[in-house]
Amino acid sequence: MSSSFPLFPPSASSVSTEMDLLYLFIIAVCAFFTILVTAMVVYFTIRYKRRHPEDVGEPIHGSIVLELTWTIIPLILSLVMFGWGASLFYRLSRPPSDSMEISVVGKQWMWKIQHPEGVREINELHVPAGRNVRITLGSEDVIHDFAIPAFRVKMDAVPGKFTTLWFNATQIGTYHIYCAQYCGTRHSGMIGQVVVMAPQDYEAWLAGGRSTGTSVQNGERLFTDLSCITCHKADSTGRGPSLLGVYDSTVQLGDGRKIVADDNYLRESIMNSQAKVVQGYQPIMPVFQTQISEENLMQLIAYIKSLKTPAQEKK
Amino acid sequence: MTAATTQERHSYLDAPYGLKAWLLTRDHKRIAMLYLISITFFFMMGGLFAAGIRLELLTPKGDIWSADMYNKLFSMHGVIMVFFFLVPSIPATLGNFLMPIMCGAKDLAFPRINLLSWYLYVAGGIIALVVLAMGGIDTGWTFYTPYSSLSSNTNVTLAIVGVFVAGFSSILTGFNFIVTVHRMRAPGLTWFRLPLFVWAHYATSLVMILGTPVVAITLTLVALERSLHLGIFDPKIGGDPVLFQHLFWFYSHPAVYIMILPGMGVVSELVAAMARKSIFGYGFVAASSLAIAILGFLVWGHHLFVSSQSVYAGMVFSIITMLVAVPSAVKTFNWAATMYKGSISWESPTFYIVGFMGLFLIGGLTGLFLATMGLDIALHDTYFVVAHFHYIMVGGAIMAFLGGLHFWWPKMTGRMYSEALAKTSAILVFVGFNFTFFPQFILGYLGMPRRYYAYPDELQVWNVLSSAGATVLGLGYTLTFCYLVYSLFKGELAPANPWGAKGLEWTTSSPPPTFNFDEDPIVTEPAYDYKPHGTEVTVG
Repeated sequence: MSSSFPLFPPSASSVSTEMDLLYLFIIAVCAFFTILVTAMVVYFTIRYKRRHPEDVGEPIHGSIVLELTWTIIPLILSLVMFGWGASLFYRLSRPPSDSMEISVVGKQWMWKIQHPEGVREINELHVPAGRNVRITLGSEDVIHDFAIPAFRVKMDAVPGKFTTLWFNATQIGTYHIYCAQYCGTRHSGMIGQVVVMAPQDYEAWLAGGRSTGTSVQNGERLFTDLSCITCHKADSTGRGPSLLGVYDSTVQLGDGRKIVADDNYLRESIMNSQAKVVQGYQPIMPVFQTQISEENLMQLIAYIKSLKTPAQEKK
Repeated sequence: MTAATTQERHSYLDAPYGLKAWLLTRDHKRIAMLYLISITFFFMMGGLFAAGIRLELLTPKGDIWSADMYNKLFSMHGVIMVFFFLVPSIPATLGNFLMPIMCGAKDLAFPRINLLSWYLYVAGGIIALVVLAMGGIDTGWTFYTPYSSLSSNTNVTLAIVGVFVAGFSSILTGFNFIVTVHRMRAPGLTWFRLPLFVWAHYATSLVMILGTPVVAITLTLVALERSLHLGIFDPKIGGDPVLFQHLFWFYSHPAVYIMILPGMGVVSELVAAMARKSIFGYGFVAASSLAIAILGFLVWGHHLFVSSQSVYAGMVFSIITMLVAVPSAVKTFNWAATMYKGSISWESPTFYIVGFMGLFLIGGLTGLFLATMGLDIALHDTYFVVAHFHYIMVGGAIMAFLGGLHFWWPKMTGRMYSEALAKTSAILVFVGFNFTFFPQFILGYLGMPRRYYAYPDELQVWNVLSSAGATVLGLGYTLTFCYLVYSLFKGELAPANPWGAKGLEWTTSSPPPTFNFDEDPIVTEPAYDYKPHGTEVTVG
């Protein structure tokens, strides 16, 4: 970054190096072919320059061997790129199970960030070095995109659903956050910074922050305030299913389908409750589409995720 | 060689004169000229917007325009350049002029529909100008929802009407080309004797008639959601904003091939003519056009890797995108192999094709970076993407367009231009283009997002280089415009076949008579059948 002609962004996460290597590998392949073909074309242009106005070229019409060569070699090379790229993408789309969770909501034109301990920040994200961090992204209005070039990560924040990304920051420092998806007037002002701190500094920072209750506590309060608790009783006697241990479990729906209760299923079941009703229950739950903000929804789901069956508690 | 006086007598440019005769013409050559004038106008307009963008990006702060003004500049730049310049550029001008002649026909299959397509284009263009006069739009040319449907308070609906109307002009052109190739070929002109320009335009036409209706309907849905609040893309009433991206790219990715396939056709013609040699692997080059057109419809999801699309869908789109690299590589290698042991002229069209090959190689190969899913996470929505598609659309398509324009200019206008100026401008455009867009690849990996009008200080150096390059590029285009217009009035009269090239268009006079040929042509040999001097009977 200090160079006056920078070529790479700072390398500050566990995938930065592999991303750079993949980038350099493709550069090497492409540079080879660009130079090869350009050199051929320039050489032929000079070597076979027309000497007399009446000259014509030699009658050569093609060669199956050459056609096969330049079909198969590019095919193999592009499949190698595909394989490496798909593997890296797959790993980046699956947050490790031990990740700490931070929720980020985009709105025109700011990033609202909520730590599980209840500390909130705007356009600034503090994270500890060396920990896997999973970001759950939401949007209040249009599509945004949460991008941190130093970590080589990026994900759209899409209204109406949750998306996730994860990283493991390796270098202490301060790096850019950009909104990469065009979102209106102050799109280029929708920037911020991620501050990577030593774990003990992060703990100190968290302790010094003004907490308005943890996400789970806030979610529990909402669970009562919105009267969820009157139907979703813990002992399965309510008019709605018990939510103990529902997160990540397989749910049998009334229409016969089975579905894994992930973040987006919980979201849909709250916002548009009639969409996928659990077998044995009536579609009587109100629709909360316009009544819950994106951040409250994230808190509510954090609380539902914290509800465990006694067996799960033991684990 | 016929005498200049007989050419004067029956050229399509001569009587009937007058504005009315031109505006009501059914002659494909005159319609091509009408298109050429109108797309040049829109190219200049799009170029002015680009100048506004590069001016703002000279400094990291947003200082010359307001944020809203900047957003309108890049949106109008994109809308005008894509829908009103690039899509019609080669097909509606060179294609319109040459398709019937290369088929040995008197005109396209439906001359009135051809004229209608120009009027639809002009109507769409006028709507775009009205939108501009009313303040423009700020959605980007991609119209992503829900920004375009719920948030933007500019004239999105009217702009959509303009694009919708202009879309029909390209559907009609595609339809006309397909029927012409099927029904109007001269006796003896079998499919595998067709020039590759015709093959490329045939493939392009398929994409035009299959893809354009989808974008027209998609944009109509955006307009309906804006006016009637239908819940198609708005998640609050049950819609899905990402659905728009699927529908939009289902057309707009193939649209990239609408822009580049005709360019590939032009380059195939130019390589053969300038090297006076049969195209190496004719069948492979022809088939690769169709392969690109078909595969092009199956890759739209590579625009959605980080849009919450499923990982497995992403993998399918990624691997099919990789396959597009194969026919593109086949074409490039065949062009290079065609030059081997050719007799290569150093006239200006050669300068343009050598430039095209360099730029198209970089443009095509950088597509691999973006098709590689893992790497796309870093590059998506950054300047890398901007650089990549400008290498294809400007470096590839416009370079090919200019090459074709220089090659067929004597045929179209009956005049020669200054060779020295033409070579100078080819070099200016090549150098200026690389200075403008190569730094943007680096900016992209550094993370600079697209559509930013202010950016961090450390990115300034590459932005300054890019803006400086754009000045040279603009100079190159201006120079081309000037000497070509000058040649119309003062250029030397062109002979029927100034390049000594094969092809039906070179057997008729320059410019051709209204019905293209004085006698209906009969084709007895394959395309590009160059024989050493003295071994063939010279006709005409």
